[in-house]
Amino acid sequence: MNKIFALAGVVIKELYRRKDFYVLFILTALLTFAAGSANFFHDAKIVRYLKDICLLLIWVSALLVAILTAARQIPAEREARTIFPLLAKPVSRAQLIVGKFLGCWLATGLALFVFYLFFAVITGSREQIWPVGVYLEAAWMQWVMLAIVIGMVLLGSIYFAAPSSTTTIAFIVVVGILFVGSHLNTIALQQGEPVQSILAFLYFTIPHLEWYDLRDFVVYDMGMAPVGAVALATLYAAAWTGIFLLLTWLGFRRKNLTT
Amino acid sequence: MTVILQTQKLRVEYRNRDFRQANKVALLGLDLEVRAGEVFGFLGPNGAGKTTTMNVLLGFIPPTSGSASLFGIDVRQPIARQRIGYLPELTYYYKFLTAEELLRFYAKIFGLSRSETDRRIADLLKLVELEHASKRPIKSYSKGMQQRVGIAQSLINNPDLLILDEPTSGLDPLGRMKVREIIQRLKDEGKTVFFSSHELGEVEAICDHVAIVHQGELKAMGTVAEISAGHPNLEQAFLKVVGYQNAAAS
Repeated sequence: MNKIFALAGVVIKELYRRKDFYVLFILTALLTFAAGSANFFHDAKIVRYLKDICLLLIWVSALLVAILTAARQIPAEREARTIFPLLAKPVSRAQLIVGKFLGCWLATGLALFVFYLFFAVITGSREQIWPVGVYLEAAWMQWVMLAIVIGMVLLGSIYFAAPSSTTTIAFIVVVGILFVGSHLNTIALQQGEPVQSILAFLYFTIPHLEWYDLRDFVVYDMGMAPVGAVALATLYAAAWTGIFLLLTWLGFRRKNLTT
Repeated sequence: MTVILQTQKLRVEYRNRDFRQANKVALLGLDLEVRAGEVFGFLGPNGAGKTTTMNVLLGFIPPTSGSASLFGIDVRQPIARQRIGYLPELTYYYKFLTAEELLRFYAKIFGLSRSETDRRIADLLKLVELEHASKRPIKSYSKGMQQRVGIAQSLINNPDLLILDEPTSGLDPLGRMKVREIIQRLKDEGKTVFFSSHELGEVEAICDHVAIVHQGELKAMGTVAEISAGHPNLEQAFLKVVGYQNAAAS
């Protein structure tokens, strides 16, 4: 386990020594402040609008941090050839993958913590209420969803040598699932064969990332989601993450690293 | 003496992406044996199969057939690399880390205790004369300094076998001297060193045993005196073994 934590530690150090996270955080803060300073139609419930904008920015920023960090891990190791001195140590390829995953996930968790802290301070200062439980639950669900995304991106990074290709494809897939994932079965019913069967098959086989979006619970003060549902969603995410990591290992374990 | 490094009928083929062309055979049944305490020079012209052999020994590529082992353990097992140090030809390290952080990271991989790690890092930074720069990111180092970080990382676990891939190529004079000093020191401590090199004068001065490979095959293996017998020096012997006609005629 020490080897995995050592590998994860390097990923986290890389995140906070690069500028990506700081740029995204500053952009999120600036856009939130700009949105918060506006006063459309003298709407007293401007806080709800502010929350919506800020949470959307947090979702986009966290997705970017997760995808960009995960997509470059293995290709960058190969391109910079740092993978050679590393694998010349007693590290298995499975440990390398798990270490990279853990590092990306923890680094994304740190970024999420900072984003949600900012969110809580901004909304708390306007509303004077602090629904910490709701925020924690929303952040947890988002973090758990990002575990699936990171696993998926690591898998892609084994097959697409350029991090830019992996990033673009991952972003399209994730955004596609978030927007269309829950409607695929409905769309399927309106189609003829074989499209109907294909869409139905897709509906039952893709990881449903949209289940983890609790933004409405936060924005419309709906309280906390049922704990049982959160626990089930967490197990579902763990299973998908495990599947992606297993597939990544299967693709990587016999890969010739010198070509 | 115990065999530390062994390959048996080691064959490596690189699959050709163009299916109409045959696979490229990099190693053709290589048999090597390096015993404990030897300083072993692994020689051959470019494209002979030296790097491929090292890549198999370090687990970077799987053999097509045959076997390779370190300390009697199949090289495909990560534990086979617990007692080795590896210095690549060029520097490949995380440039956003400092030298101290890099050494600490590798020490964790080897499972060294905190006190042992602190002691070894202090000793190694002193050895490679990087104490003054240990807190600076590696990206701010000169090429020579980066090479010396490489030497330090290869020794972090106090290895019983050091594998060096053309260790002095591209090094500044200080780096070259350090590598020679380290090889000599390890030799005095009874450790095993396996290195590839094109610097035949250096090999002649440092090595007990050498192997010469050419076109994926082992052409000669023995002590430096055995290989050089009948030739003015190791370089002439090497040229003859690899079939360079002018040397053969001389």
